[in-house]
Amino acid sequence: MRLLRKLAAVLLLPATALHAGEWRGYVAGEWLGFLEDPAYPDQHSSYLSLAAEPEYFHEWNEGSDLFTFKPYGLLDQHDSERTHADIRELSWDHAAYDWELRAGISKVFWGVTESVHLVDIINQTDLVVNIDGEDKLGQPMLKLALIRDWGVIDMFLLPGFRERTFPGKEGRPRFAIPIHENSVRYESGAEEWHTDAAIRWSDSIGEFDIGLAHFYGTSREPRFLAEPPAINPVTGSIDHLTPYYEIIHQTSIDLQAIYGSWLWKLEAFTRSGQGDRINTAAGGFEYTFVGVKASQLDIGVITEYLYDSRGEELDPGKAFASEPFSLSPFQNDLVLGTRFTLNDVNGSELLASVILDLDGGGQSYNIEASRRLGNDWKLSLEARGLSNAPQDSTLSSFEDDTRLRMELARYF
Amino acid sequence: MKQILPLLLLLLSCGPAMAATPEEQGLEIAIEADRRDTGFGNYTSDVKMILRNKQGQESTREIRSKTLEVDGDGDKSMTIFDAPGDVKGTALLTFTHKEGPDDQWLYLPALKRVKRIASDNKSGPFMGSEFAYEDIASQEVEKYTYLFLRDDVYEGMDVFVYERYPVDEKSGYTRQVVWLDKEHYKQRKIEFYDRKDALLKTLLFTDYHQYLDQYWRAHDMYMENHQTGKSTRLLQTNFNFQAGLTDRDFDKNSLKRAR
Repeated sequence: MRLLRKLAAVLLLPATALHAGEWRGYVAGEWLGFLEDPAYPDQHSSYLSLAAEPEYFHEWNEGSDLFTFKPYGLLDQHDSERTHADIRELSWDHAAYDWELRAGISKVFWGVTESVHLVDIINQTDLVVNIDGEDKLGQPMLKLALIRDWGVIDMFLLPGFRERTFPGKEGRPRFAIPIHENSVRYESGAEEWHTDAAIRWSDSIGEFDIGLAHFYGTSREPRFLAEPPAINPVTGSIDHLTPYYEIIHQTSIDLQAIYGSWLWKLEAFTRSGQGDRINTAAGGFEYTFVGVKASQLDIGVITEYLYDSRGEELDPGKAFASEPFSLSPFQNDLVLGTRFTLNDVNGSELLASVILDLDGGGQSYNIEASRRLGNDWKLSLEARGLSNAPQDSTLSSFEDDTRLRMELARYF
Repeated sequence: MKQILPLLLLLLSCGPAMAATPEEQGLEIAIEADRRDTGFGNYTSDVKMILRNKQGQESTREIRSKTLEVDGDGDKSMTIFDAPGDVKGTALLTFTHKEGPDDQWLYLPALKRVKRIASDNKSGPFMGSEFAYEDIASQEVEKYTYLFLRDDVYEGMDVFVYERYPVDEKSGYTRQVVWLDKEHYKQRKIEFYDRKDALLKTLLFTDYHQYLDQYWRAHDMYMENHQTGKSTRLLQTNFNFQAGLTDRDFDKNSLKRAR
C-alpha cells in the first residue's frame, strides 16, 4: 500500500509540481577579451555571451519530497560549440529518516581542494562555459543514500553518458588542434549507453570530514586520438583530435581536517583502464587570518601541491600512430593563493593564485574578484594568463591567451 | 518555625542577590536565564535584517532559520538565505558546543558543494551586518565567565546588570554588559566592548513575545555600531515552536536539500 502511495506520488508529481512552486536563478552577460592576437585562424579577440540558468522547485510532504527543474542556456557571439543548452537538473528527491532517493537528472559534487577537483567524477565537465572546470552537465542518475550512525553510503546508477564539451574552431582558449565533438570514440560497445555505477561512504568525525569512493564506468575525462583520416602525412599535421572514452575503475579519497584557522585538505585517486594505472593527488592547507588589524577583512592563504602520474609532455609519436594519449596539465605543481574576504555589505571577495610547475613547465596566473551591486546584481572579474610554458607541454596551446573576463549577473 | 520557613524560602528565592561573590552572582543569573529557556525543543522562524550605513542607505537580508535544542550540548541550527539574490539557496549548518569551537558547514548551491568552514571566524560580520557570528550563535552559559555589577531599573523594569567575558580568545570582545529583566530573565540590552575595551556596539531587544507559555523571543533586535555609525535591525517573525524537527533536519544531507 505504501509502495502504491509512493508510486502515485511519483506519477502525480508533474501535476503537484504545477501548483505551488518557486522560480529563481540568474541571467548573465559576459565579455571575454584577449590581450594577445589569436594564435589560430578563426579565433577572435573579444567574445560576448549571454547565459541563463532558471530553477524551478517545488516541495511537498513538509519538505520530504522535492521536485527540481533547472535548464541552462548559453549564447556565444562567435563559438557555435559554446552556444548550447542543457538540462542541469530535472529530478525528484525523497527523504526518509534514514535514507534518501533521487531519480532524474542531477548534479553531485565530491571534493575539498580549491585548485583542482580530482575526485569529482559523477558529472561531466561543461568545459566551454569556463575553463576552470567547475561547470557541470546534468547527469541522469538513480541515487540511494543510506544514512547511518557510522556515516552515509551513497549508491549511484548512472544510465547515459554525457560527452565533455570542447570549444569549437572559433573558440578561445582552445587546444592547438581542435577537438571534434562529432567524432567521438568509446571503448564500450554500448557507447554512451553504458550504465555506470558508483558508491561512496562519507562521514564527519570530530575535526575530520572524509569520503571514500569507487567508480566503475565511462571515464568523464577522455584520452584523445588522431584518427588516420585526420592525419596529413604530407604536411605532417593533424586536422583534429577525437575524444576517446574508456571504461575505468577509479578509487578515490577526499579528506579534510579543521584545526582552528587551519583547514587541511587532501584528494587522491587511482584509476585503471586508460593505459598505465593513473595516480593523482592534491593536498595542502588554507589558513585564514580573521579580522586583520581589527578590521572586518579576512585574508586566507592557500597552498596546494598537485601530483599526476601522467606526463604533461605531448608525445607526437603517439598521436601520429593514432594511439590514445592524455592531455593533463599538472604533473608536479605547486599552487600558491590568497583569498581576501571583505565581509562588507556587498560581499566583496578576491582570490589570486599562481600554479608553479616544479619541473620548469611555466606558471599560470589567476585572479577572480566579485561584488554585489545593490540587492540583485553581481559583478565578477577574472584574469587568467600563462607564462613560460614549454613548447611540448599541454598548456603551451594557451600561451597567447591572456584574458580578462567580466560578468554581470542579475539574480531573481 | 512556621514563621521562619517562608522567610527562608524567600531568602533562597532571592538566590543571585544572596550568593557570596559577584562572580557567583553573575553565573547564577546566567544559569537561571538558561534554565528558563530550556526545554523548547525546536522551532523555525523567518528573519529579516535591515542593514543601514552611516549615510542612511539600506539593504536587506532575508533568511529562514531552524533551531534544535540538544541535551547536554549547544543548539544545532540551519540557516537558509533568501536574499540578496546571489546567495539565495545558500545554507549554513551550525553545531554549537558548550566547550570548544563550534562546527560549521556552508552549502553553495551553484557548485552543490558543502564546505566546512573555520569556526574561528566567530568575530566576523554575519552577511555584512553589524551582528557577528558569535552574537547570533546559541548563547551557552559555558561560553562566558560572569561578574554581577548591580541591581538597576531600565525603562521602568527591575533589572540585573552584569558583565560577561568570552572564554574563547578568538572572540571579538573583551566584555559585554548585559541588562536582564528580573521578572522573566529576558535580555533587554547588551553593550559590546572591543578588544581594546572601547565601546563598540549596543544591542537593544524589544517586542518580546512568549511561546508555549514559557519561552520569550524578541521580535526586534537593534544593533548599533558606535565606531562606524552603521546599524542593523534584525526582525524575527513567524515563530513556529515544536515544528517536529529532528537530528535529521540538521545534517549534511538536509543541508544539500535546503532550498
